[in-house]
Amino acid sequence: MKSITNVQIENELQKSALTPSRRNFLKTAGFLAVGIAASNADEIVPSASAQARSGPYIDPDYHQLDSWVVIHQDGTATFYVGKTDCGQGTGTSFRQLMSDELDIAYDKTTCIMGSTDITVDQGGSGGSTAMERDAWPMRRAAAEARRVLLDMGANELGVTVNQVAVSDGVISVKADPARKVTYGQLIGGKKFNVTLTGKDINAATGAAPVKPVQEHKIVGKSPQRYDIPAKVDGSLKWAVDVKLPGMVHARNVKPPVAGAKLVSIDESSVNKLPGFVKVVSKGNYVAVVCEREEQAIKAAKALKANWEKPATAPFPKSDDLFTFMRAATPTSTAKPILVGNPDTAFAGAAKVIEADYDIPFQGHTAISGAHATADPSNGQMTIYSNDMKSYGMRRGVATFLGIPQEQVRVVWMEGPQGYGRTAADDAGCEAAYIAKEIGRPVRMQWMRDEETAWDSKAPAFAVKVRGGLDAAGNLLALDYHAISADYNHLGYNEPDSVLIAQLMGVRRNPVPAGSSATPSEMYAIPHRRMAASVVSLPLIWETPVRTGNLRDPNGPQSTFAAESFIDELAAAANADPYEFRMKMLTASTTEDATFRRARSIACLKAVADLYGWDRRPSPKARATGDIATGRGLAYTFRNNTVVAQVAEVEVNRRTGHVWVKRLACAHDCGLVVNPESLRHTIECAMLHSLSRTLHEECQFDGAKTTGVDWITHPTLTHADTPEKIDVVLVNGDPNPNRPDLAPYGGGETACKPLLAAVANAIYDATGVRLRRVPFRAPRVLAALQTAKA
Amino acid sequence: MSITLKVNGSTHTVDVDPSTPLLYVLRNDIGLQGPRFGCGLGQCGACTVIINGNATRSCVTPCSAVKSEVTTLEGIAKSGKLHPLQQAWIDEQVPQCGFCQNGQIMTAKAMLDKNPHPTDAQIREGMNRTLCRCMTYYRVQAAIKRGAKMIADAGTAEKEVVA
Ligand code: FES
Ligand code: FES
Repeated sequence: MKSITNVQIENELQKSALTPSRRNFLKTAGFLAVGIAASNADEIVPSASAQARSGPYIDPDYHQLDSWVVIHQDGTATFYVGKTDCGQGTGTSFRQLMSDELDIAYDKTTCIMGSTDITVDQGGSGGSTAMERDAWPMRRAAAEARRVLLDMGANELGVTVNQVAVSDGVISVKADPARKVTYGQLIGGKKFNVTLTGKDINAATGAAPVKPVQEHKIVGKSPQRYDIPAKVDGSLKWAVDVKLPGMVHARNVKPPVAGAKLVSIDESSVNKLPGFVKVVSKGNYVAVVCEREEQAIKAAKALKANWEKPATAPFPKSDDLFTFMRAATPTSTAKPILVGNPDTAFAGAAKVIEADYDIPFQGHTAISGAHATADPSNGQMTIYSNDMKSYGMRRGVATFLGIPQEQVRVVWMEGPQGYGRTAADDAGCEAAYIAKEIGRPVRMQWMRDEETAWDSKAPAFAVKVRGGLDAAGNLLALDYHAISADYNHLGYNEPDSVLIAQLMGVRRNPVPAGSSATPSEMYAIPHRRMAASVVSLPLIWETPVRTGNLRDPNGPQSTFAAESFIDELAAAANADPYEFRMKMLTASTTEDATFRRARSIACLKAVADLYGWDRRPSPKARATGDIATGRGLAYTFRNNTVVAQVAEVEVNRRTGHVWVKRLACAHDCGLVVNPESLRHTIECAMLHSLSRTLHEECQFDGAKTTGVDWITHPTLTHADTPEKIDVVLVNGDPNPNRPDLAPYGGGETACKPLLAAVANAIYDATGVRLRRVPFRAPRVLAALQTAKA
Repeated sequence: MSITLKVNGSTHTVDVDPSTPLLYVLRNDIGLQGPRFGCGLGQCGACTVIINGNATRSCVTPCSAVKSEVTTLEGIAKSGKLHPLQQAWIDEQVPQCGFCQNGQIMTAKAMLDKNPHPTDAQIREGMNRTLCRCMTYYRVQAAIKRGAKMIADAGTAEKEVVA
């Protein structure tokens, strides 16, 4: 059977005329038997044009087994899950887990994700929860389907359920394997009509238990990702590719400076342009709509509008940001975590060192501009979007437009990376708003400058850390204080904080407090104080410097400071950075529920072995020549996933250019579903952080963001790519008799330690400590020269 | 204005403003979705097509300036068989989101067509302006080496058959 994706199915629906064979295909692919209200399903074929899948769009019921698993007459199965994939191959992993629970061959299954009217609401993606949380109800539903099928099969074969076996969707009598019946024969094309229990979707379960790890067949193996072939042969239809009859193109006209007020629009500057349809504007929101894409782009550039600059500066210059942040009165400070008596310990310490670390705002800056296509046909609203939280978008759009949720559906399709709160949220509401205004399908896309300048940013951090060593070089006391510029942190798809709403004058109330972060490590440090505060920039609304979640929202920043400082302490103690850390991990024997201490030790050991760590204090003895080499280590965890990384660098002393030549990573996230796809995700997560380490910074003058393209906002390139990346997947469970731990999150932890690993390697190579990200060549060169002077 | 373009072996006549970037004509008039909008500025490569053997950024190429045949990602498979680079991309499981991969594959193809045995340094240099925000570079480079070998092996096999 050919593998299909929900996007392909949706594509089929978009073809205005389905051929009979396509209909049969859809039927055999089980699309028509999907566990949604029969009336809705019945409408799918007769009205199989793009805009005709008319609502209302009733939520699929997660208590119905039919909402999760559909078995077809040919013995294949389709899984429906309320998740999306940002490019990490989670769909393939869901299929593996569910195939094993159902006892069906992996290649006889397909997985449909994230379209709000046909898949249950698991919230889409976020928080690296795909395997850790959301795969559980999927697994339990598939296990329940297997249980029900075994009952049916035994009944059909005239034996008890204990007398049958199942393999690959075929149930047979153990004593007489010739007597058998297939899943397809038992239920193909029909519904289970089985109700699951559970107070919420995460708890959804039938009577069947999930299988123990030892019984997994495809889980733990690495089938290739099913989404990849269509991504390399050009056949995949992405969210950007949706074309609908009568569709027009919209482009935003953003305020020229942050906080500007729209005074007037001169429509005559564009209304004679070819293809002009309309200027849509409310408050400070402005968009131009034209028949063709290039016409909309031209018209949006040509539109003349008067804007009034704000009286006060919206933010300091980015060069002054950290001074500003350190001087600002916090909008909130979390209650510090206190262990022992740090003040007394510092007073008695043999050596006290202190350092400040600065991490600027860093954006998502997706490879393409945010986009969405909205279709207002039939009095409903369908949004085609790559937003990772399609369900939230549905709720957000319905509230924003003031229409019932049942009239809105969001069809999730593939798109450029979605690591958190991207501008896809904003583009969805914009497309829907304009579509409602003009009554035609609208395709909205942000241009490069908008994406780079206005997409949400990870908060900037200014961190101060102080440490006290005893005479033997043991860390007695640690005092950590992080300040993040995260006040009014954006939520996902909030109808009162998406950019269009802000520009229209909506103000979320109360203002979200934002968050800061303390380090995540298992070091035994007898005395510590960990504090975290949030500060605000002067302008918090309608600003391009707006914060939202980016792939572990605060982790890379706090871990940069924490693990750089541990290295500084190791150097102050004249200790090997690995041994200094290991001593603090082994100094305690207390454990938590997921054995993070033992697993931290295991990861640190594993990465040292993998890299071939040479034990000696940093910095390395200075060699002559332009190129200095060094290695750096960093470790952390995120929730229950533990990661240790080593970076090896070459620093050009003459130019300041840094090349990370080699990376090694030890990663323990419990049960691994697809090792190859996890390895690839880890590689890319490390390189994403490498890009943040070496290049990325959202820069601004006192009025606007100045990074608007790939020249003014550089990113990692092919030339920066390490020569070698090694990843080892660790099982650091201290109990050797346990088959495995549960699966924990795999998407984000690997982003966290890399900045510090690189900084530590640069220190090892040059003896110069970089405490301000990113390490662009001029900054590195300046630091090298200052050190020399 | 009426513009005639030859794309992947077939001829299309479209009625558009001559300054319209080739990208929009390919995507919106001819219905090809391999080339994609990434920046519209010639900086990222997501829109890459091949014209006269050169990797060409269709977002900054006016359609009226195109005189030769255009090849897109959809046009590099031959008789139902993926181009060796596409196969190498699957073997190496290169994409994360995949959005940039049109640019990676088409730029690599144009590079290998000119230089079938690039060194690592030449690969880095040749691919350097083709961006990926999911940071799949490491595997892109591995896939280029694998694809180059597949092409060379296929060439050797062909020669053997001829001999
Ligand atoms: S879209 Fe053409 S180079 Fe970026
Ligand atoms: S794979 Fe996502 S941008 Fe390259």
